[in-house]
Amino acid sequence: MIRVENLTFSYPDGPEVLSDINLDFDMRSTAIIGQNGAGKTTFAKLLKGLLKPFIGDIYIGDTNVRDTSAAMLAGKIGLVFQNPNDQIFKSRVLDEVMFGPLNIKLDKQTARKKAIEALKITGLADKLEVNPHDLSLSEKKLLCMASVLAMDTDIFILDEPTIAQDHTGKETIRKIIQSLKERNKLVMTIIHDMDFAAENFERIIVFNGGKAILDGDASFVFGQKDILQQARVEAPAAARLAEELGLAGTFLTEEELIKDLRQCGERAQL
Amino acid sequence: MTKIIADNLKYKYPLSDKLALDNISFKVEKGEFIGIIGANKAGKSTLCQALTGLVPHFYKGAYGGKVFVDGLEVKEHSIAEISLKAGIVFQNPFTQMTGSKMTVYEEIAFGLENLGIAREEMQKQIDHAMELMDIASLKERNPFDLSGGQMQRLAIASIIAMNPEIIVLDEPTSQLDPEGSEEVFLAVQLLSRQGVTVIMAEHKMEKVAKYCDRILLLYNGEIIDFDTPGKIFSRDDLKQYGVVPPIFTSVCRELGVKKSGTDEYPVTLEEARAALGRKVK
Repeated sequence: MIRVENLTFSYPDGPEVLSDINLDFDMRSTAIIGQNGAGKTTFAKLLKGLLKPFIGDIYIGDTNVRDTSAAMLAGKIGLVFQNPNDQIFKSRVLDEVMFGPLNIKLDKQTARKKAIEALKITGLADKLEVNPHDLSLSEKKLLCMASVLAMDTDIFILDEPTIAQDHTGKETIRKIIQSLKERNKLVMTIIHDMDFAAENFERIIVFNGGKAILDGDASFVFGQKDILQQARVEAPAAARLAEELGLAGTFLTEEELIKDLRQCGERAQL
Repeated sequence: MTKIIADNLKYKYPLSDKLALDNISFKVEKGEFIGIIGANKAGKSTLCQALTGLVPHFYKGAYGGKVFVDGLEVKEHSIAEISLKAGIVFQNPFTQMTGSKMTVYEEIAFGLENLGIAREEMQKQIDHAMELMDIASLKERNPFDLSGGQMQRLAIASIIAMNPEIIVLDEPTSQLDPEGSEEVFLAVQLLSRQGVTVIMAEHKMEKVAKYCDRILLLYNGEIIDFDTPGKIFSRDDLKQYGVVPPIFTSVCRELGVKKSGTDEYPVTLEEARAALGRKVK
């Protein structure tokens, strides 16, 4: 779905932010993790066509991002920005979400329908007339997600979706990701919340110093203690507790760990 | 020494028909590190603003009860007067930047310049704040060229430099990676050990459990509980307030494993290892 070949990038007069990245993205939901400054957000902007590769190529399907514009890619790939204030610019929630669909030439009625559907999914259906800047940070993040959902693109990139979300907000996002996966969309995220990444994404890619240094299924990646340490990435809480307890294998979720500990307990006839 | 007293605080935003804070009463002692937790809309940010005078002076609205910050009654003193006692770090660091300063160093100096502090003293305080937040290497950078995490550390440094008795932080680690979050918690804990009173609203329960001395649990503008992390996260009814305890606690609760000699479940990795380790062998 996305092919990245020999991608190198730097901002004008700056050091290399990404260096020689080669990655293929299939339909597996994918989380990109790594420290602040590892190049993750720059990578997402390159995929979305907001930045152009310095060296190398990015193909979205058969389209080389270099040969097209961000506007042309808007119907294929959606990006929810980390900072909602970078994305929001209308003065009414409904207008904000309708903007994208209208921009890809959908008629007003269809755009409105898609916008309202997306706002329902994100739990903001009662805020249609509100000024987006009066929303809380967590609501703004959900609004930005609604704007991208309304575009119904094949690829969704969520930059730090769980920022400022409480348990209910995270549950909403979890369900949205699940439903996108069921509808055969490629869902990608850039995320610091390792518990959320481990529970919701099949593939994990670790960025460090502008390179993709580790790539694989979540249970494989979170088992690579030394490389994670090098990238200064913390494993999910369940994996860390399992390691402290000396359990064999990698545990991604609370449920997996409880099941194993119960079996341990039964073996010890507790 | 008591640094913060809230006595039956009630507050309603203008144009709202619902109390954002209702019957809030609590006391905080000098050097305590207090976590405020609760679902979104529980009143965490509003309480942070009430402790620094933004509520009611900036936001207006209906206000009842009393809040004392280091002896000053908030309602009777200006934001400027209260800011000498209590500094606030906002959730979104963009909100905190002056927008008029070209470097990190100048941004931190801004608050001190406004207080008319002597140049030498100012430099000392800025250096101390930058060192504590590990941003000395960024001092010549433009604040708006920083990453979200770096900018948040700058926002915190700007407040630390003012040497307040009390620091109030509203979800300060939301933009940070796990290592950056840990650094902020460690730095803030160090401040509290040095006698600064810290109030921090947070969603990262693992960190709150590890670092805070006591936790204030809010729901619908009311205090549900104010106690140690062990007591708060051992409550059976946490989920009904939209709060999920650290995974370490959930695992131990599910297996019925409590901290040795107590009626509390473990809340940190270390406590969980100690309690479960006895069973796993």
